[in-house]
Order: sequence, then C-alpha cells, then structure tokens
Amino acid sequence: MNAAATEEEIAAVDGLLGRPEPTDDHVALGGYHAAESQRNQLLPALHAVQSAVGWISEGALNYVCERLVVPPAEAYGVASFYALLATDERPRRVAHVCDDIACKLAGADGLMDELGARADVYPSPCLGQCERGPVALLQLAGESDITITSATADKIVDGLLGSSVPEAEGPGAAPQTDEERSGLWVLAGVGRVDPTSLDDYRRLGGYTGLEAAIAMGPAAVIDEIKTSNLRGRGGAAFPTGIKWESAAAEDEPVRYVVCNADESEPGTFKDRILIEGDPFAIVESTTIAGYAVGATYGYVYIRAEYPLATARLQAAIDQAYDAGLLGSDVMDAGFTFDLEVRRGAGAYICGEETALFNSIEGYRGEPRQKPPFPTQAGLFGKPTVVNNVETLVNVLGIVTHGGAGFTTRGTPESTGTRLFCLSGHVLRPGTYEVEFGVTLGDVLDLAGGVRGRLRAILLGGAAGFFVGPDMLDLPLTFEDTQDAGVSLGSGVVMAFNDQTDFAAIAHRIAAFFRDESCGQCVPCRVGTMRQEETLLRMASAPAPGDSDLLGEIEQVMRDASICGLGHTASSAIRSAIRLGLIGGVA
Amino acid sequence: MLGAGGGTCSYEEIETTDLIVLWGSNAREAHPIFFHHLMRGVRNGAKMYTVDPRRTTSAKWADVWLGIDVGSDIALANTVGREIIHAGLANQAFIDHSTSGFDSYAAEVEPWTLQRGEQVTGVPADVIRDLAHDYATAPTAQICWTLGITEHHTATDNVLALINLALLTGHVGRYGSGLVPLRGQNNVQGGGDMGALPNKLPGFQNVEDPVARGKFEALWGVDVPPKSGWHLSLMLEAMERRDLRALYVIGENPAQSEADVGHVRELLDGLEFMVVQDLSLTKTAGMADVVLPAAASWAETEGTVTSSERRVQRVRKALDPPGEAKDDIEILCLLADRLGHSWGQPSAEEVWDELRSLSPMHGGMAYRRLDELGGIQWPCPDEGHPGTQFLHAWLWEDPMPRQPAPFIPTKWVPPVDELSDEYPIRMTTGRKLDSFNTGVQSGAFDSPMRGAGSIEITAADGEALGVTEGEVVRVTSRRGSIDVPVSYSGSLRPGLAFMAIHFPDAADVNRLTIDAWDPKSGTAEFKATAIRIDRIEESVS
Repeated sequence: MNAAATEEEIAAVDGLLGRPEPTDDHVALGGYHAAESQRNQLLPALHAVQSAVGWISEGALNYVCERLVVPPAEAYGVASFYALLATDERPRRVAHVCDDIACKLAGADGLMDELGARADVYPSPCLGQCERGPVALLQLAGESDITITSATADKIVDGLLGSSVPEAEGPGAAPQTDEERSGLWVLAGVGRVDPTSLDDYRRLGGYTGLEAAIAMGPAAVIDEIKTSNLRGRGGAAFPTGIKWESAAAEDEPVRYVVCNADESEPGTFKDRILIEGDPFAIVESTTIAGYAVGATYGYVYIRAEYPLATARLQAAIDQAYDAGLLGSDVMDAGFTFDLEVRRGAGAYICGEETALFNSIEGYRGEPRQKPPFPTQAGLFGKPTVVNNVETLVNVLGIVTHGGAGFTTRGTPESTGTRLFCLSGHVLRPGTYEVEFGVTLGDVLDLAGGVRGRLRAILLGGAAGFFVGPDMLDLPLTFEDTQDAGVSLGSGVVMAFNDQTDFAAIAHRIAAFFRDESCGQCVPCRVGTMRQEETLLRMASAPAPGDSDLLGEIEQVMRDASICGLGHTASSAIRSAIRLGLIGGVA
Repeated sequence: MLGAGGGTCSYEEIETTDLIVLWGSNAREAHPIFFHHLMRGVRNGAKMYTVDPRRTTSAKWADVWLGIDVGSDIALANTVGREIIHAGLANQAFIDHSTSGFDSYAAEVEPWTLQRGEQVTGVPADVIRDLAHDYATAPTAQICWTLGITEHHTATDNVLALINLALLTGHVGRYGSGLVPLRGQNNVQGGGDMGALPNKLPGFQNVEDPVARGKFEALWGVDVPPKSGWHLSLMLEAMERRDLRALYVIGENPAQSEADVGHVRELLDGLEFMVVQDLSLTKTAGMADVVLPAAASWAETEGTVTSSERRVQRVRKALDPPGEAKDDIEILCLLADRLGHSWGQPSAEEVWDELRSLSPMHGGMAYRRLDELGGIQWPCPDEGHPGTQFLHAWLWEDPMPRQPAPFIPTKWVPPVDELSDEYPIRMTTGRKLDSFNTGVQSGAFDSPMRGAGSIEITAADGEALGVTEGEVVRVTSRRGSIDVPVSYSGSLRPGLAFMAIHFPDAADVNRLTIDAWDPKSGTAEFKATAIRIDRIEESVS
C-alpha cells in the first residue's frame, strides 16, 4: 500500500511528466481540477513505466498516482484493463505470439507448442499481420518493441535472448502496389511514396488536398464529403459528411477530431498498411477533418501492437510540425491544428469510439451509453468527429477531385473503393483495393484463389459472419451484404479450405470475445463466457439444446449490451453453426 | 449570533456553489458523506480552497491549499477581511441593509495587512489575497469548517471570524452561499437541537428565558432549574472542587476523549458515584458503578436523527436489542419511575409529538410528513410548511424582520501551549477515514489502511532527531509522556507533528493535550500542543 517507486520508475514517469514542482510548506496548488486536466496522461504514464521497466509495480503505480492525483484503486483499474500493461512482475523481454484465426491457419499452434511453457511467451489475439503469419510482438523494456513476421521458434527465442532479429519489413503486403497501379485511390501512395519523407510525399502531390480544402473553406469541404456519399470504413458505415456536419453545427467551440487507428478486428490489417506505407496521408487528412469541423486538436489513437506504424506516424507528425503543416497557423492559412499520437495498450474494445474516448481520457476503456453521440459530447465531453484511417484517406481524393467524382465508382449506396484484407487459405494474402460492387469471388481471385477446396469465408472479422462458397457471387457493397444478412465490417475476407478445424476456429473466436468483453454489461460479460463454455461442450459432449442455448445467449447480448461487441459476439459462431461448419446434436 | 446553531445550507447547495472554502476540516476522512456532496460541487466546477496546517487528503482535492500555522485562523480571517475591504470588494449594500457594527470590525482588522497575515499564518501574502478576492467575487460561496476551528481555546472567536467574512460579502442567507459547520456524527446536530446543551431547552430555547421555560414547566408540571448548567469543562472543574460528585454519562467516553486525559481519569475516579449508559463497555463504563446497557440507536430503536443540513429523518427499529440492553427512552422512563415520577411508557413518536408542541422549529414535523418528504429541514413551524432549505433568508428581506446581524470583531491570540526550546514541536490531532473517534465502535473492525497509533512527523524531522520510521519514541508535553512509534507523513512540514485520536490504548494522545478551553463553548484546545520527541534510549540513559 505504501510501496515506493524505484529510481528507474521515477525517471520513466518524470521523463513524460517532467520533474515534480518543489513542494512548499505553506501552500499547494492543484487539486481536482488540475488532476482532471492531466488525467489523460495516466495511460501514457503507465506506458512510460511499462516501456522502461517491463511491468508496473505497486511503487510505480503509487508514484504515477501521486503525480497525477489519481486514486490508486482507479489507476490500478486502468492498468489492469490492458493486456500489454503488466501489474505482476515479468521478464523484461516478453513475446506475444498471435494464435488468432489467421495465424492459426499459418501454424501458430505448432509454434506455441514448440516454444513450450516459457514464462516470457504469451498467446495474443490478432496482431494485425495476417498476411505474413505466424507473428509475434516482442515487448522489450528499455527498447522499442519489435514485430517478428513469418515467425519461427528460433527467431522468437533469439529475440527474447536479446540477439538482434530482423524487424518486420513494412509496409507489408499490398500486392496491387507492385503492379499496374491505375485504379488505386486509397493505396495510391503506398509503395510509391517514401513514408519517412515529407518532401517525397509533397513531391508526389501530398498536401494538395489540404490546399484545396483551405481554398474552398470548411463548409464547402463538408459539402463535398456529403456529395461523395463517403461512408465509414471502420465497420459501422456511417455517412462521414453527416458526422462532420453534426459536429460542426454544435455551439460548443472546443471540438476534437480523432483518427481511429486501433485496428483490432481479427483479420484486419488494412489501416496498418496505410499508416506504414503512407503516414503523411493520415496526417494531412486528419488535418482537413479538423479544419472542416473547426477542431484545433486531434488525436490518432493507434493500437500498441503496431510499433512500426506508430514510429512512422510520429515521425510524419514531427516533420509536419517542422514544416508548418501542423500547429498554429497551418499553411499560413490562419487556423490551428495540433495532432497527437496516443497508443492503446492491448484492448479490442478501445476500437469502439466511446471506449476509445475513455481510454484517451485516462479511464478504463469501457464504452459509454449513446446518446449523447460523439458529435454532441465525445472526447472530454466535447463534440468529436472520430473516423477510421481508411475513411480519412478517402477524404484526400474527395477534396482534390470533388465529391461528385468520387461517386463515379462503386454504387450509389456504396461509393468509391474499398480495402479488403485477404488472408487465410488464399495464395496471395494482402490488402487489396477494389471498387465497391465487385463480387466476393472476384476478390478471392485477385488474391490468387484458394489453396485447396474452399469451404467457407469469414466476412467482416470475428464480429462478422461465415459464408459458404455459394456466396461467391455476392457483390461487395454495403447494401448487398446487408440484404444477405451479413456485413463488410472492417473489410476482412478470410478464406478456409475444407481441411480446416472449424471447431478450433470457433473456439478461438469465442475465447476472443470472452477475453475482450470489458465486463461492463452483464449480458456480455456472462454471455461471452457461457458461449465459450457451450462451444467447448459441443465439441466434446454435444447435447440437445446447445444450439438453442447459443441462440438465447446471442439474443440477450444483442438486446442488452450497450456496444457493438456484445451485439456481434455471437454472429460468427451462429453463422458457423448454420453452415454446418460446427455443430452438435440437433 | 445569527440565531440557532446549525449549518445554514443544504447538501444540494454545495453541489452547485461556485466557491468552497474548507477551513479546519479534513472532511474527506472525517466527513466522507459530506465530502461526497462537496466533490460533486467541485466536479460541477466549484473552485475549492482548504485552510489547514496539514496538507490533508481533503487538501489534495483543493485548487489551493493554505497551510496555516496551527492556531492562526483568526489572523488569516482578519487579513482576508481587511483585503476585501481595501480592494473595494465588500458587499456594501448588504452591510448597510443587513448588518451592524461594520465600523468597529473594519477598525479591528485594519492592522491585518497581507504582510502581517503572512508573518503570523505562514501563508504567502499573494495566496491570502487570492482567497480574499475569490471569496468576495464568487457569485455564491460557502465556508465549511470542523474541529480545526472549534478545538481551540478561541473556538467561538474562530467561528465569529468566519461569520464576519460572510457578513462582509453577503455570502449567507442566499441559495448556494452560507456557513456550514460539519457535524462529526449522524446526530450531533439532533443532540443539540433536543436541548442536550447546558444552556438550552429543546429547539435552542434559552433556559434562562422565563417565557420559554414557562412553556415547558406548564406542560411538564414541574419547575425547570432557571440557570444554565455546566458544560463538560465546567463539570471537570466542579469535580476538582468536589462540587460535582455523581455523574450520569450517556453515550460519551470522557475517560478517553478529553484533553489532559490522565487528569480527567483521576477526577472520574474521585467521583462518589458514576452511571454510564452506553452501547459498548467503554473505558469510562469500565470505571462506572453502574452500567446501563443501551440499544443501538441504529436498527434497534425508533426515533429520529438530524444531519448537518438540519434534516430530521426517521430511524426505524429492525431488531430487538441483545440481552438486557434497552432503548434509551425506556431506560430514562424506568429510571424516572424509580425516582418517583411516573412517565409511563411513551413511544418514540409520542415523545416526538410532545417535543413538537414545545419546539417551534420542529412544530410541523409529524412522523407522517417526515416519511412523505424524506425528512424535513428545520425550521418547520407547522404542518403546511415544507421545511427550510437554507437559513437566514430574512437577511435579504426588505424591510428586515429582525435586528441586523452584528459583526463581532475578533482578536488573534496564539495557542496557550507555547512552543519553547524544551517543547519545540507543534502537535495537532485529527481523525482518519477508517476509524471513529476514540475507536470504541470502529476499532473492532479490520481495515487495510489503519495503522496502529503513531506520531506522524516529516522524514526531515525524523532525520534531525536521529530516529527511524517505526522506532518507538517518547513524546512529552507539559502534561505527560507517551511512548509511540514514529511514522513519516508527506502532509506535514518540519516542526509540525500529528496524532490521530483513535487509538487511546496504543497512543494515548490526550495524555499530552492541554485542557485550556474556550470560555464560551467549553471546548478544549486539542489542536495545539507543544511537544518534544526523544529517543527512548537517550531519555532512559
């Protein structure tokens, strides 16, 4: 209870927060309001300790609490919320080895067996490197974290022992960018622009989008976005123009924009490809969003599992500041926009927009009740526009070429192009950009077709649906998928051949939701656990009624959870049963 | 001065006020429920100042902490008052309309420049100035206090000094603004309201007022002694003189709670006869000739309690008391019976209804209405009255229905127990979140946070004294010595020590405290003791 921090821990926190003010015997300033204004430093401070020392001791937590005036119980609640923050002592070098669906198909289970029961190896949910699994994230105290792709036990052990291991080569696979590039809008810069050079980005047309936006003014920018009928690419498909318009119309002068780069839906890795390959596009498009809605501060919330993307994005922001493209008087146009990177810490739920706000604010990443909607009262209670990375990158083309031009591709309901994350049993996994309306079979062909005989496709990720080979003609649009009772979600297209152990896949999905449920709503907290138990029982000793029970669990989670996690935690499993991929006794 | 003794505001108001000055109160630990309301106010945007020698856990939530030297409250209040006047921030219209005696007040505080205030209190002049300006200019503001104000030999003057500030600025008698003394138990307010004061009948009616007394005499059919009785400090003096030789103690534990407690125990020992009526076998009960086991007032009895916001609420019986324990009303009536007065066997409601007929401020508080309204705030004179959310609205009426509220100038006098070369350390006392007063009721429960009793000092003082944390040292005042372990605290400054009052067995702090008491309130100066700390090896050798 009274544990004290070590010098190393104190130095880590002070490195972030600065040295504490000397105390005066007779006066002190601060209190709740000061604490409230710095509460959002809690997660960065915990990260600082974790990164420097490898875990967060009681003493370190106490020191963070003293500096930020946060009750220790609350800070512990935050620290213990995140998978990548350790509140029990552990080795300074640990490996998080992905055993999620795509990596399973790539041999993750064998890899885990080979590594054996090491104290420094942890299984991990999807690390967002599905095109090059199996993968491991090396979390290293005192050094930058490293991603190992196409991982082997030897590579991981070498990394844990401290020998140098080849870091993942970015930007990962976007095979179209090696070929004929015409038709690529969102991936236009990936593989072409030097992601570490603002000059190169500008040489290839970077920042003409912001120039165009400034030339037309905020209201016209929003009009163009509305004309384009751009819809969100994170999963919810909400019209972007309406979102911006709502936030801009609020009376409250302080507003925020947030770029949601917490790409955590299993099987999704498109935003990582964009950030690693074209980071300035994220900086520029988020700046345009800030300009359009009248926000002077923005955040990019990026998952901590993406060290390379984070480094590239931070470097891009630094260069943009140096060039006067961020900060006060952006482009000498008289408006201010600051942009800050905030790292998640291993929590799927923080991709949910209101959970993301709580995470930035220094609270547990638990979703909030809606309404109020983010555009009314979002981050720090202020009107907030939160957009997915891919959505924002689309903005660049729209402001440059006009919203009408954007509608020339796709369908009226689903305009433009879409990134799909192809993985599993396809020959050329990677991120592909296609016009809305091409069929499911088309994108599988684009990825080289299926290895073996296709049995099912997981569409939309763990929160999506399994569909069978009979759906290959399904046009990939918002409206067609909706009519078919499925969804595009975050753009996951994961193929499975007929040799797949679907029971293991379904169990992994159930375990994922049980682990990632924030626990706030009882139906989800209990339901995800019940679902996993029932699946396990179905695999070993199936009983009549199992399937009905899963149906009831799905219903109660849909009815009585406040966020999408509970609403969708059953959809993939239920669809697997419907397709006969798994099943018990009728 | 303003009338009946109670906080002027409701809890609701502290949740919406603009400025909170928590003065001599560690409410976060000693009044956690009130602090909960207070923090709502802070979250709603109220600015908060605390005035306390220690940087308490309450102070940590304040925008500004003023770490005054122990016993310099009047100096600070007078300095604030002078600054408000000189900055032209006094509410002249309110002063003219609602108060009297402003000129003599202004003259009294005139010497209290910011510089002199800083000298005496230790608080930097600019911070005192900020407090003065913020308090005077806030649309609504409350001053809340507890024992840091009242456990001094200048207790009453300390309170008056704060009231003067409210009169100076008009921060009283309006929604959101007021003066809020916090009560230490759920029913301290009710005890005073019911006349458990040596000079008051129920409803704060003066014993020495023949008209008030007459009402009671008419109904009771007996004469009420026409003179104010003794408060506890006077009782102790009377025991000393042997004028007081028998004592009936109900729900108090003076053998552990009083200042200079060694002396108090001698006096109690010297009594010819002592009866203690209590829920627990307290140390005082252990010394008694007769102990009357009482039912718990929570869950085992019917009745009412009154909170700090003057809200009378019903208490309901859920359980029969164990063993031979009896309800306080029953004990009193049985006793009256043996003494030759048949009071019958009235129910709690019957007693309450009699009280309502005698105490105008409670007149409208039938049990039925207390149930319906979820409690009622006094005064509530009749059954058509909704109760009173805040007091002294009359100050703002035109014309004024009563005499204007008087400023009463106060003079700063340092604590009685002076620091010297022999006793160089100032010790103050207080409470902790997880313990209650002398620990009779809370000591039996485990708490992960509770230390045993210790003397808290700064690490720097510990180093200077050559002691280590946890080492048992001898703490000596002009009245006695106790041996206790040292613990280090970040809430203190060099020269300032602290002991909690909860551990009379392990750390008998009141062997050290001084029984110098305030002549007006009878409260002893628990908060200011001059001590010396010695290593035991040295003092033994």
